[in-house]
Amino acid sequence: MQGRWSRVVRTPLGLTATALVVLVLALACLGPVLWGTGADAVNTDDILALPSAEHWAGTDNLGRDILLRSLVAARPSILLALVAIVISVVIGLLLGAAPFVLGRRTGRLVSAAVNIAVAFPGILLALFFAVVFGAGATGAVLAIGLSGAPAFARLTQTLVAGIAARDYVAAARIAGVGRFRVLFRHVLPNIAEPLVVNATIGAGSALLSFTGLSFLGLGVQSPSYDWGRLLYDGIGAIYVNAAAALAPGAAVLLAGLAFNLFGESVAKGLGIPAGFGLRALATTRAAAVPEPAVHGEEDHEPSDDVVLDVRDLEVTFPGPTGPVRLVRGVSFEVRRGEAVGVVGESGSGKSLTALAITRLVADHGRVDAARLDLLGHDLLAPDTAVRRRLLGTSLAMVFQDPMTSFNPTRRIGAQLAEVATHHQGKTRREAMARAVDRLAAVRIPDAEARARQYPHEFSGGMRQRAMIGMGLMGKPALIVADEPTTALDVTVQQQVLDLLAAIREADDVALVLISHDVTVVGEVCDRVLVMYAGRVVEDLPAAGLATAAQHPYTRALVEAVPDMATDLTRPLATIPGRPVGPADAPPGCAYADRCPLADARCRAEDPPLVATEGRHRVACWHPGEPVRPTEDLFETVESL
Amino acid sequence: MAVNVTVTSPTAARPWARFGVRRLGRLLVSLWVLVTASFAMIHLIPGDPVRGALGPTAPMDLVEARRHALGLDDPLVTQYLHYLEGLLTGDLGTSISSQLPVSDIVAQRLPATLSLAVLAFLAAVVVAIPLGVAMGVLTRRGHGRRTELAFTTTSVVVATVPDFLIGVALIYVFGIRLEWFPVAGNETASAYLLPVFSLAIGPAAILARIVRVEMVGVLEADFVRTARAKRLPARTVYLGHALPNAVTAALTLGGLLLSAMVAGTVLVENVFAWPGLGSTIVQSILTKDYPVVQAIVLVYGVGVLVTNLVVDIALALLDPRSTIRED
Repeated sequence: MQGRWSRVVRTPLGLTATALVVLVLALACLGPVLWGTGADAVNTDDILALPSAEHWAGTDNLGRDILLRSLVAARPSILLALVAIVISVVIGLLLGAAPFVLGRRTGRLVSAAVNIAVAFPGILLALFFAVVFGAGATGAVLAIGLSGAPAFARLTQTLVAGIAARDYVAAARIAGVGRFRVLFRHVLPNIAEPLVVNATIGAGSALLSFTGLSFLGLGVQSPSYDWGRLLYDGIGAIYVNAAAALAPGAAVLLAGLAFNLFGESVAKGLGIPAGFGLRALATTRAAAVPEPAVHGEEDHEPSDDVVLDVRDLEVTFPGPTGPVRLVRGVSFEVRRGEAVGVVGESGSGKSLTALAITRLVADHGRVDAARLDLLGHDLLAPDTAVRRRLLGTSLAMVFQDPMTSFNPTRRIGAQLAEVATHHQGKTRREAMARAVDRLAAVRIPDAEARARQYPHEFSGGMRQRAMIGMGLMGKPALIVADEPTTALDVTVQQQVLDLLAAIREADDVALVLISHDVTVVGEVCDRVLVMYAGRVVEDLPAAGLATAAQHPYTRALVEAVPDMATDLTRPLATIPGRPVGPADAPPGCAYADRCPLADARCRAEDPPLVATEGRHRVACWHPGEPVRPTEDLFETVESL
Repeated sequence: MAVNVTVTSPTAARPWARFGVRRLGRLLVSLWVLVTASFAMIHLIPGDPVRGALGPTAPMDLVEARRHALGLDDPLVTQYLHYLEGLLTGDLGTSISSQLPVSDIVAQRLPATLSLAVLAFLAAVVVAIPLGVAMGVLTRRGHGRRTELAFTTTSVVVATVPDFLIGVALIYVFGIRLEWFPVAGNETASAYLLPVFSLAIGPAAILARIVRVEMVGVLEADFVRTARAKRLPARTVYLGHALPNAVTAALTLGGLLLSAMVAGTVLVENVFAWPGLGSTIVQSILTKDYPVVQAIVLVYGVGVLVTNLVVDIALALLDPRSTIRED
């Protein structure tokens, strides 16, 4: 608590606001004591004087010093505003807590009334109450206080509802604790903080509203005066002496700002500071030693049927202590019609690799590569209309979450058709016809009617199929699918995988399938790239996953998948230890800490990715060596 | 699957009907509350409103006559029914001080207020949305930390300054010092400039802030990545895909700003001696001309309700989910 409050004061804005609030409150306390008599001293010889050395802001129609009066007016102005805000908060609390205490039916009535009242702007409510209570300070305090109440009632209601849904409140109620007791014991203490913060902001607004009422002549009446009343007198004389209006105006502005800014900075300071998700991930700087370039790569020229050629791909994001390399030298190629799976744990850099080869990495990340070619075109070249057309029609992307990957405000058909109007020069009508055709092609029934629907009217599996259909608007040579089935129901996962396979077969489309699921990849793909801590550790034929895998990590991944032959009386195999983030990658093999085969060399030197036979590549100093008997592994797991 | 389709097609129209009925119901309830409140206002005033209006020196029989003329000696229920009947026939009563029909006063004053509010709202929107979008793009994740700080601080400060103080400052600078613009009345087009500016700048700052925050959030959304994956030009990504999603949230708060603006005209009108409802209602409150006050409160209230209705309909059109979401 102490620490959180001191954090508020430490920001420049918070410090300024705090200083201002203290100053304004001090002025309210001391003003009348110091200058009270001076402010009321009538001098009929010196009326309506212009600003001078003696009277910095001039004098009013009775010869009283306007500056002194502006300073003294701090007390009534602030006091009245505080009384008003207290009224708002108290009534707001009563109304806001009522639904909790009164039970369902009465509570609903109260909250309906609050909802109606809250729709009317405060000043209108204030005018209403000002009429009822009559012009004058008391009437205005009540008017401002009551007009602020609905907003606080709404706030309280929301906060109370949030707390009431918590388990401990439910538990207390089930245990038979009375509503009032629950309210005072559990609910109110938990909502006090946001209420106080909002009341502080509200005090600033109340001050300004009160000034407004007094300025209209409906608030404080002569001979009493607050800032609004001084402003009312000053604006009448603004042509004679502008300072008469500007002095109280500046005072009220400063005080209003002080409360508002103080409240805002407290709110901000007490909340959880917004930060980058990446920050947490990239806590430490990447090893300063430059990564050895990928070795062992046969220096072959890309053959004609290479769709995607990636060499030494690196993705770097700025971290708190310097750039962090999240993808560290990934090389592979994808041939026409070939399906390449990329597997790895979360944080292995597989999704980032997918985003990098589709040039969709968020633009504070940096993508470097010795080569990044799609169909012989350099993807790293600057963005042009020609390149956009090439990518828009020949590269399709399927994202993980079909629920959020469509624009909720536009019809599905229009979102597909857009590709054709932008890249293929089609008219809207032609594009729409093509969209309907593509939806039908991805097995969406009644495609014509479906095209006119919004994404929320589609089921998850159907959306994912529509997303694939969107990729088929052009004539894709490559589909990059980033965990396309993870967010889907098990029953529809297979439909989506089948669809991808069918498209691949029909049009000889290459597929890069990113997945954490070795089984899915083994089923759909020809080749598998296994990624660990931002690097490819093994590149092998999918058919050889179970038998020919040489990297201990790949073997462990395969082991971890239960099949029909798995002995279910034993615990399932897991990989001991935690995956190391690319940001924490050690100088040696990143897997060494979890690897049963690791020796001193593994910890000192990162193994290069070298070809073993054919296109099979592995990055390990001990490829294919037998690991410890699995019994030991289980013991390790159990002892953890 | 086929069953699914036949079921969804007819219901596609039903959410709209449900939305319409629900929204209409809410409007009618709010309207009833408003009318009843404006009727009740005159009865909530402590003491005798007619005696208050005519002053303590007025003869008793005049007070009685005026009470009778206003129908204040009827039973409350009768008065209420009369009031409702009057509203339905466009009869808002008679001003105590000027003896003119209140409906005439309102008809004469309303256009000035309406034009001020509408112009100010348009000005705020026209400035705030492009500014918010531009700021959102400039300060999207990983960009423009300093721009963000400068923008946020400025907009917070600007939004805090109440419209009437801005009005006073504008009168001083442009009316008195520079003598560029007239500072009172609405006879010339240039007379609109200062009042519209005073009224619009605060809401514009708030709106631009909301649009920026929404834009920054939306630009992180998956569907924006999808739009980028389609290799649409940046303009289409920002304006075609991101903006509509940013505006839905902004519009919700924009509606509150607009209804606040309707009422905000009261203060600004009094600063600039604008011949609208705002200066009339203040005069009428001070002279205790209650029928006029009642009518103007009602007009403001209806203005707010209509604004909220328009915003809700616009929201439903922009984001069809919002029609189904609340239930």
